[in-house]
Amino acid sequence: MDSKRTNRRELLKGGAALAGGLAALGQTPASAQEHDHSTMAIGGAPNDYPMILGSKEEIEYGHRSKYVTSVRIPHPVGRDSPDEFGKVMHVASPLQDSVGVVTPSSLHYVATTRGSYMPDVDPKKHTLTIHGSVDRALTFTMDDLKRLPSVTRLQFIECAGNRHNGRQKNVQESHGMTSCAEWTGVLLSTLLKECGLKGTATWFVAEGAEEVKGASSMPIAKAMDDCVIAYGMNGEAIRPQNGFPLRLCVPGFEGIFNTKYLRRIKVTDRYYMNYNDYGHLDRDPTEAALAFQIGPKSVITKPSGGMQLSGRGYYEISGLAWSGGGAIRTVEVSTDGGKKWNRAEIKATPQRMAHTRFGYMWNWDGNETEILSRCTDEIGQQQPTREQVAKYWNVPFDRNYRVPGLDNSVMPWRVARDGSVTNGLA
Amino acid sequence: MGSLRLVTIALLLVGSSALAQTYGVGRATTQEELSRLDISIGPTGEELPLGRGTAKEGAVLFRQKGCVGCHGAAGAGGGPAPALQSKESPEVPIWERERILPLRAPFATTVWDFIHRAMPLGNEGTLKPDEVYSLTAYLLFLNKVIKEDEVLDKQSLPKVKMPIGNDYARLPVWKHGTPRLQGYPY
Repeated sequence: MDSKRTNRRELLKGGAALAGGLAALGQTPASAQEHDHSTMAIGGAPNDYPMILGSKEEIEYGHRSKYVTSVRIPHPVGRDSPDEFGKVMHVASPLQDSVGVVTPSSLHYVATTRGSYMPDVDPKKHTLTIHGSVDRALTFTMDDLKRLPSVTRLQFIECAGNRHNGRQKNVQESHGMTSCAEWTGVLLSTLLKECGLKGTATWFVAEGAEEVKGASSMPIAKAMDDCVIAYGMNGEAIRPQNGFPLRLCVPGFEGIFNTKYLRRIKVTDRYYMNYNDYGHLDRDPTEAALAFQIGPKSVITKPSGGMQLSGRGYYEISGLAWSGGGAIRTVEVSTDGGKKWNRAEIKATPQRMAHTRFGYMWNWDGNETEILSRCTDEIGQQQPTREQVAKYWNVPFDRNYRVPGLDNSVMPWRVARDGSVTNGLA
Repeated sequence: MGSLRLVTIALLLVGSSALAQTYGVGRATTQEELSRLDISIGPTGEELPLGRGTAKEGAVLFRQKGCVGCHGAAGAGGGPAPALQSKESPEVPIWERERILPLRAPFATTVWDFIHRAMPLGNEGTLKPDEVYSLTAYLLFLNKVIKEDEVLDKQSLPKVKMPIGNDYARLPVWKHGTPRLQGYPY
């Protein structure tokens, strides 16, 4: 063993030697391996695959396999993103390739609207100031925040524009504006206790450091309940697209409230009617309520639009469920167009306001059908079909009926006899 | 902070539990910092700076500052950014008219706030208070919300009567563990 190790070290000394060594490991012509086993430097069995060069980049941060090509796409389909200013950027996450519940940071959906693009924030200079209806206004550096007790939580964030319709080809187009990451930071309630809330504190405004300084009003009850001032995402610093170095996480609220590049929180005695708030205005109180906390929602990610079943037999139907009302309690799957609903297996303990992975083993008989999923959350809200929503509002129903507020309706995928899977709303 | 800590300790000694949970992390924000950072203009307008402006001055600025390039001449649209002047008559009910900030916003303070924090493109935050008052007045005038010679300042801006009045839904009171809409099962 000792002499072998020495030989390897010598082999690895120079770049040229390294390249030569790799050639010996994997790229030697088959004939040489077959006929000259006695002279092979290392081992006798040929390797199945060529080796990946241990480059500086590969050592320092790593890459995924070149065979894994899953990427984000502009959203919605057909719109330039980034736009002509290079500012509005909406990109959808490839849910069809997702496994488990964590979205890799590099594949997390991104939505920047109303002119927001990425500021290049220096974390050494960045501070968070909390002021307004508090006993004492305080400014926190990033180091200050990291001294305080931390929490780590899974949380989905979903864009209000995550609506499905018959024109979309696959689940990335129909549902890709939701993602789930593990966020680490300080509870906003911890910081508000440091500042001391005044009796008049009923709302707060969170503001980012991007060029439009996007600001939203939120109820102080939510701040004290579960909002997190996050500096970590999936085990590392938040990426610039997701709000580096500081993001307000507002579990279960529509995406825009999850303020990126957070620099200031103003505690107020009223709804402040910021530009973002004005953007939420609605005439109908029911519609306004439906555009705040995200309803129970699920979707089958596999098999889904654009996929191909290879023949009759068993397939695990896999998907994601989530709700702004709390943890997912149950998920049901139908493989006969919604006539019979079967309890799906939930893959891990469901977390509050987090994507939950479900699975259901399906023995496809080769006939045309529709597969669907629906979920129920811990407070009893159940994901509706589009028909149920239309019936509730007592309005005529057709396949392109628009669900009021955020669209949390059931998504059907159609399976044809040839095994092709397409949008059931088309 | 030193004196704050002493106060905390003193209160702890007399048995206050409200302050017992604090860690003494973070420093007091100075008044100078607050006046620079606090760009939120609420509906009362209490944060508005001194200054004044009219639609006539705003019309000049709208061309000088390059607003026309994106929002079109007199905010008529046609460029890459939203139109800022309604094409509909004031007789048409507000919810049937276009969603234009200086028309649909319930408070003129929102218009002032957004121009001040977010415009013009590439030079955000460079407009002086007089310029923001003027541009706000111009956009409100274009949408027939105020008259051309009306002077907007700290006192008059929050009093501008916006066409929407009270005709918009307030968000429901949010509580932990409640459905997003009472009585709605979905």
